[in-house]
Amino acid sequence: MTEPILSHVLPNGLALVAEPIASLQSAAFTFLVPAGCVHDPGKLSGLSGFTCEMALRGAGDRDSRQFVLDLDNLGVERHESVSAAHTGFSGATVAENLPAALAIFADLLRRPHLPADQVEAGRLVMFHELRAVEDEPTQKVMIELRRRHYPEPWGRPSQGEQQALETIAIDDIRGHVQRCYHPNGAIVGVAGRFEFERLKDCIGELFGDWRPCDVAPIRERAPDCRYEHLVYDSNQTQIGIAYACVPYRDPDYLKAWGAVGVLSGGSSSRLFTEVRERRGLCYAVHATCHTLRDRGGVFCYAGTSADRAQETLDVTLAELNRLAAGIEDHELQRLKARIKSALIMQQESSSARSSALARDWYHLGRARTLDEVSSLIDALTCESINAYLAERPPGDFTFVTLGRRELEVPVGVS
Amino acid sequence: MEFRSHTLPNGLEIVAECNGEAHSTALGFFVKTGSRDENDATAGVSHFLEHMTFKGTPTRSADDVNREFDEMGAHYNAFTNEENTVYYAAVLPEFQDHAVELLADILRPSLRDDDFDMEKQVIIEEIHMYDDQPPFGADEKCRAAYFGSHPLGRSVLGTVQSITELSVEAMRDYFARRYSPGNVALAASGRVDFDGLVAAARRYCGRWQPCADSRRIEPAAPQAVFQAIHKEIATQEYALELAEGPAAGDDDRYAAKLLATVLGDDSGSRLYWELVDPGWAEQVSLNHCEYEGAGLMMTYVSCDPEQIAENLQRILDVYRRAEAEGITAAELKTAKSKIRSRIVLSSERPRGRLFTVGADWIYRREYRSVEEDLEKVADVTLDDVTAVLSKYPLRRSTTLAIGPLADVCPPR
Repeated sequence: MTEPILSHVLPNGLALVAEPIASLQSAAFTFLVPAGCVHDPGKLSGLSGFTCEMALRGAGDRDSRQFVLDLDNLGVERHESVSAAHTGFSGATVAENLPAALAIFADLLRRPHLPADQVEAGRLVMFHELRAVEDEPTQKVMIELRRRHYPEPWGRPSQGEQQALETIAIDDIRGHVQRCYHPNGAIVGVAGRFEFERLKDCIGELFGDWRPCDVAPIRERAPDCRYEHLVYDSNQTQIGIAYACVPYRDPDYLKAWGAVGVLSGGSSSRLFTEVRERRGLCYAVHATCHTLRDRGGVFCYAGTSADRAQETLDVTLAELNRLAAGIEDHELQRLKARIKSALIMQQESSSARSSALARDWYHLGRARTLDEVSSLIDALTCESINAYLAERPPGDFTFVTLGRRELEVPVGVS
Repeated sequence: MEFRSHTLPNGLEIVAECNGEAHSTALGFFVKTGSRDENDATAGVSHFLEHMTFKGTPTRSADDVNREFDEMGAHYNAFTNEENTVYYAAVLPEFQDHAVELLADILRPSLRDDDFDMEKQVIIEEIHMYDDQPPFGADEKCRAAYFGSHPLGRSVLGTVQSITELSVEAMRDYFARRYSPGNVALAASGRVDFDGLVAAARRYCGRWQPCADSRRIEPAAPQAVFQAIHKEIATQEYALELAEGPAAGDDDRYAAKLLATVLGDDSGSRLYWELVDPGWAEQVSLNHCEYEGAGLMMTYVSCDPEQIAENLQRILDVYRRAEAEGITAAELKTAKSKIRSRIVLSSERPRGRLFTVGADWIYRREYRSVEEDLEKVADVTLDDVTAVLSKYPLRRSTTLAIGPLADVCPPR
């Protein structure tokens, strides 16, 4: 049914993973560079984000204006993000402009100017990002939850911290590029309308002589806090709850993901039904699986008025605990219908596919075709999901709340 | 790609862009009603009613509605704005009939008292949520200042007070008037079985009783106001500026969109280089918004409170220069490349195309293919952009700032 996935690993380690989709007029690409915020030195949190910002300010023979102008003339819709493991650069445009766009991104990754005279402007951009989070309590509570759920440095926010950002100098940024912007561990996912052999040649020419370098090991430190309340003078109290989950590459991942789908996928899911529909406690309530390479987490969110926050927390938690008793067949059938539909619709977006390809390669060392994912989903049964839930019931929760008053939280009880 | 249309005897219009190559089918009921059709006694009813449609019908409970959408694996939702309430679902082609049946059924909701009281709480939570996020809601306050007593100045969400005081009878009355089949269009895109779609609409909507109700289109009398709202918990300062722009029926809306891209796209525009690249603002943008009989050019900026006054001055200077000198041919060419690429990318998904096909129909009763849309963009000349700049001066605007500052100094 779906297109084959083609891949090629350059001798220097850069992996190209590509899915030609003939029905599309566009092509999209996602570069994952192993320059995530776990590589920020302890005193320089935010260095990866700052470096990403600076990398966009001119590269190769283009200054920062020409860089943006040329991408605009190619109609490239671009997006950058920093996660724990990677800095991601992605773009999408009409198919004929793909090679020219890739050439500009090769400059960005390999020959960024990192101009010293723009470092103060870049710093201001970073401060803005930090402040913007302060005005979005929903985002803030989830950032703090992730920080407390994962061992340091895996839960770090990519925005960094004010004090650290104040001290970062251009040499720190240049050093970060030298240490982390390298082909070993880097991935480029490409999807849409293109011819693979030509794409392979193009990537070879642009990146073949990019030199690999050594990677420093990450030192971890376990989190020590299970509940934290952040005082904030808001109408609503924001509630975040997290618990551990297997990572994407674990053979049990789809079972864990399926269980979270029953909890919070679609309007007939348990959280939406019990917290919003039956009790009218809140407008937004949801849970999602998040994965790192070696561990994962389920992150739940609910936001509600202060006087109903305790009830919202209690009802949400009761649903998480009820999941341990298992899911029912009708829930699994709806889940499968939603996933099947989402998989087919994913073929309609080159951007969605290119990022899925790169993500798969990072976690699995290969990419799954949509047909393969579809048959894995078909193979899910209530029995297999319930066996997983019995073995790994939601528990040992981490909580973060944000609002006027602290809530009563059953820390240490699952 | 083929365009088809049909009208039922009760006035319901059906339009579709049929693409046999698509993987999915997108369907949407576009109801021509929104906050501009409300009054003080019904403030917020359009949006509240949108929530209530999902609470059940004479033959389905709310659980049934949610369950059936999920059983189809539908990607579905609804939204309400100043002049439309749209209910949509993207499904695999085999579910076309079931999706039309379900959407049609919820558009004749029971509006039960108990559900009304329960959902009121959810709406109030939604209002509280946005109130905690300063940039949200600022657009409604700015529109209110700009439009004054004109209906387009009304809030979509309403207030905690208006929602608390709203009665279910008032909602039922509003529903009966505004959800008349003549006021609704069913649009579809992607892999559509058009004959099946018309048959389904006839079967599931054919008995809807028409009711004569119309929207009064009064000319707007824009106000030039400068206002600062003090929001203590905010960290950044936000400002919105509204100036007049082409309405939904005006041909110069393409030139206005290109102008907005040149001056205020989120990257590579004049405002971007003046404010974002040097680090003076977190974000800045200029967008064109179209309504029936009115249009807006909307500027948005978020920044450190200390920078707001200077940023408003920088924005005004950019607009003054554009009005005095126009834009360059190179800028226009770049803007065309960006818009062309965006149209192509957003059109690849049937659910992206649905909103364009639906909006073209309800606003202009016309269909334009992606190619025709691209041609319209390509045909815009520098003279067209200059004409828009002189007809709709950007510097004559209403400004609303919201954030930790009690006072903001207006630009000169």
